[in-house]
Parts: sequence; structure tokens; C-alpha cells
Amino acid sequence: MSFPSSDLVTVLAGIVVVLIVASVIGYALQRASSEPNAVIENLNDRIQAWWIMVVLMGLALIGGKTGVTVLLGFCSFAALREFATLTDTRRADHWALAAAFFVVLPVQYYLIWISWYGLYSIFIPVYAFLLLPIIAVLRGDTDKFLVRVAEVQWALMICVFCVSHVPALLSLEIPGYEGRNVLLIAFLVIVVQMSDVLQYVWGKLLGRTKIAPKLSPSKTVEGFVGGALSATAVGAGLGWMTPFTPWQAALLSFVIVLMGFFGGLVMSAIKRDRGVKDWGNLIAGHGGFIDRLDSVIFSAPIFFHVVRYFWSAV
Amino acid sequence: MGRIVGFAILLFARFITAVRGRWEGIAPVDGQRIYFANHASHGDFILIWTVLPPRMRRRTQPVAGADYWLKTPMRRFIGRDVFNAVLIDRERENRTADPVAQMIEALDTGSSLIVFPEGTRNQTGQPLQPFKSGLYHLAKGRPDVDLVPAWIDNLNRVMPKGEFVPIPLICTVTFGAPLRVAEGETKQDFLDRAQAALLALSPKVIAPKAIAS
Repeated sequence: MSFPSSDLVTVLAGIVVVLIVASVIGYALQRASSEPNAVIENLNDRIQAWWIMVVLMGLALIGGKTGVTVLLGFCSFAALREFATLTDTRRADHWALAAAFFVVLPVQYYLIWISWYGLYSIFIPVYAFLLLPIIAVLRGDTDKFLVRVAEVQWALMICVFCVSHVPALLSLEIPGYEGRNVLLIAFLVIVVQMSDVLQYVWGKLLGRTKIAPKLSPSKTVEGFVGGALSATAVGAGLGWMTPFTPWQAALLSFVIVLMGFFGGLVMSAIKRDRGVKDWGNLIAGHGGFIDRLDSVIFSAPIFFHVVRYFWSAV
Repeated sequence: MGRIVGFAILLFARFITAVRGRWEGIAPVDGQRIYFANHASHGDFILIWTVLPPRMRRRTQPVAGADYWLKTPMRRFIGRDVFNAVLIDRERENRTADPVAQMIEALDTGSSLIVFPEGTRNQTGQPLQPFKSGLYHLAKGRPDVDLVPAWIDNLNRVMPKGEFVPIPLICTVTFGAPLRVAEGETKQDFLDRAQAALLALSPKVIAPKAIAS
């Protein structure tokens, strides 16, 4: 455990203040409405979920590299469990799946923990992707083979490879930013979450034109534009906690927001294909881990590589 | 010791399956019941046990085959000390105790029961095997106890027969509306009705595409 930097304390305190305000508003709304209102209940459920996320994330960030790696490792595990549940995998995939859960996942997070960029950036797309079909093929079941292999590979890509790029941010070495990398994680997560919230708010206020009626009936053009621009502005305002200038922070935030939005659409398409509303049943009515992670999943690797290319010394 | 191991098994079951109980036809409140469930794995009663509220869990005994659960000291410990199972002899030829009598005896101590009316684990590829008549005789023996169907979903994928490493997958246990033997109902009619009630809880029977819309 490392002593948290003063910036981290400021950020966490700021988030707690925002959440307290949100909780008070949510409570007041609930008191004010005479009959049970689904929107208000959903809002309060979300606020509660954020409290849990913030507490866990705060503890992990204070715990430093080990804390973040372990927390995201468990998130990957829970996400992979949800993803695997919805696949067509069968008896013949038993060992491939076992290897995905109990070998590939821990090894990937170990490589992140020891900061071995050269291996963790290719371990899943090269070694796991070649090894797992070999394990599956040895069982001799060729029925739907390509589908089954692709499902396991995608599950690993989404739930392990992408998510593991959040703790990987800690292994970047940015001159003049030493010891403060956890703030990059805080920046990424805050921008993604604010984008989700602001899109929801703008959509409720002005939403008219559906952006993808087949995939996500609640998403509107107005909500997306308003949310993306205001989340970008929030990101620019958070530039002080990053190694970026306000303009750079705004641009990176915009990339994060775009990737998050389209990531959400892709994950919705998978859910539609599988005929489910939510990925899992983590807490009643809250959906699963992937429902909470979907925007981070797509933005984390891109954010990582852009920052690494332009700012990192290693 | 039994309690600690029981807690560890429960934690492990949650880690692997994130199991959730869906109380659709009945509420998780006190009251003596006979839960009857589909049987695909040795872990079946552990999942039901896990989703029961702790107060009810302590008063619920699984009914299991003595031939399996008495075979090794480890199984004997888990079956008897941890889960307080009612161990019945499944071999009709040379058994000394009548299984239905044993179950009724357990009911009379105030326990609820978990039974698997298919008799053995289902490896047929069909959703359910024909029910054994024990369920009917049990229901006739204690007609004022509710029989609650409980569908365990996905556990067969977690650990297919012959595998020893479990795959983490989300499982659910769905509890349906209770039933009792009706006036003048024949054995076969009752078993058919119980089987249909259990099968109706299987998520695969409800067309999955319909949920999304």
C-alpha cells in the first residue's frame, strides 16, 4: 500500500461530494413523488451502484498497483463468467474454458502486475487465441466449431484483454508524472461514467431522434451529442490531474466517449443476439458486471495505447 | 467443523455460479416444504441450499443416495455432517429401510426436504427423466406439506459428468407454485403434473428471444 497522493484524495473527495448531492436529490425526488416512479427508482438504484463502485475503486486506487490489479482481475472473472454463460460452448469446450478462466486470466493479470508490456499486449491475441482452439479440437467435436472457438476468443478479448488495460495504465512511465498513474485510471473511469450519465440526462431532457432503435431504444442523437460534448468538457476540466494540457485532455476524453458509446452499442447487439436484457444478475435490477463495464471495455485499450504512444517513455 | 466446511462450500458455489434464487411461484418464507428439483449434478442440492435464506437452510435436509454419499470418508462427512442429508438406499433388492418411510420420518422432525424425483442424475440429453413414484407416496404420506418445484439451470454445463474442474457460469434456481396431490388423482396423473410444473420453470422452455422485446 502506498500513501495516496494529495490529488487522489482531492478527486475521491470530489466524487464523494457529487454522490452525496446525487443521493440527497434522489431521496428528495422519491419523497416528493406521491406514487412509485420507475425513473426515480432506477435513478436511486444507479446512485447506490455508484456508491459501491466508488468505494471499491477508491480502496483499489489507494491500494496502488496490487489493489487495482486484483480488483480488475475479479471484475474480469465476473465478466467472463457472464459472457461464457451466454455462449454456445459445450462439453468439448470444457478444457478450453477452464484454461481461459484459470490459466489465461491469472497469467494476463500477473503480466500486467509485473509490467511486462511485450508479453501482456500479445499474450491473449497470439498465445491464447492459438492455444485454445488446439485444446478444443483435441476433443474431436467439429459441430459449430468456428462459432464456439470465436465465442471463447471474443469472451477473452472483451472480458480479460480489454479490461486488463485499466491496470496496465499503471505501468506507463510518463516523465514528470511519476507515482501519479492511478489518476489516469480515475480520469478514464470518471469520463466514461460522466458520459453515460450525461447522455442519459440529455436524452431525458431533449431526446427525440432515436440513434439505433433496433439496438438500444433509449439512446437518442440529442442525448449522444449533448452527453459526448459535456463529458468532453468535464474531461477537459479534469486536465489538472493528468499529464495532459486541457486541449489534450478534451481530445482524449472525446476519444474515450466515442469508444464508450460504440462499445455500448456492440455489447447491446450481442445481448440482442442472445435474447437477453442484461448480462447477468449481480444485484436484482442492476444487470450484470458487463452492463456496468461495457463502455470502459472499449475505451480502455485505446486510451492506453494513445497515452503510451504520445506520452510514455516505455 | 461441519458449519465451517458448509460455509466454505457455499462460498465456493457462489464464486463459481453466482447463483440466484428466483422465487416466482412462492415466497422464501418459513413453512415446511418438499422441494423437488431436476438432477444433473452432485452439486444440485448445494445450489438450492445456497439460495435458501439461512434460517430456512438450517431446517432443510437433502435426500441423497446412500451408495454415493457413504462411499468415502470425505463424502460421508459432507453428506452427513455438513448437509445433514437423509441418505436413502436406492437398490430395491437388498435394502433394509424404506426410503419413503425415512423421508416421512425426517418431515416429522420439522425438516423441509430437497428431493430429486428423477432418482439419478440426468445424462439423457432430455430436459427431464420420468419421475420415480416416491414423490407421490411422499405426498400421499404427508398431504399437508407443500411440494415446491425448483428448476436448477446451467449447473450441468458447469461440471458435466466425468469432468473435475468446474467452469464458472451463472446458474439460477427458479421456484414455482406449490402443489399437492388432488382428491382422487392417480399416481401417474400426479407425477405427470409435477413433472410438467417443474419443466415449465426451465428458462429454455420460455423462448429466449421473447424476453428481449
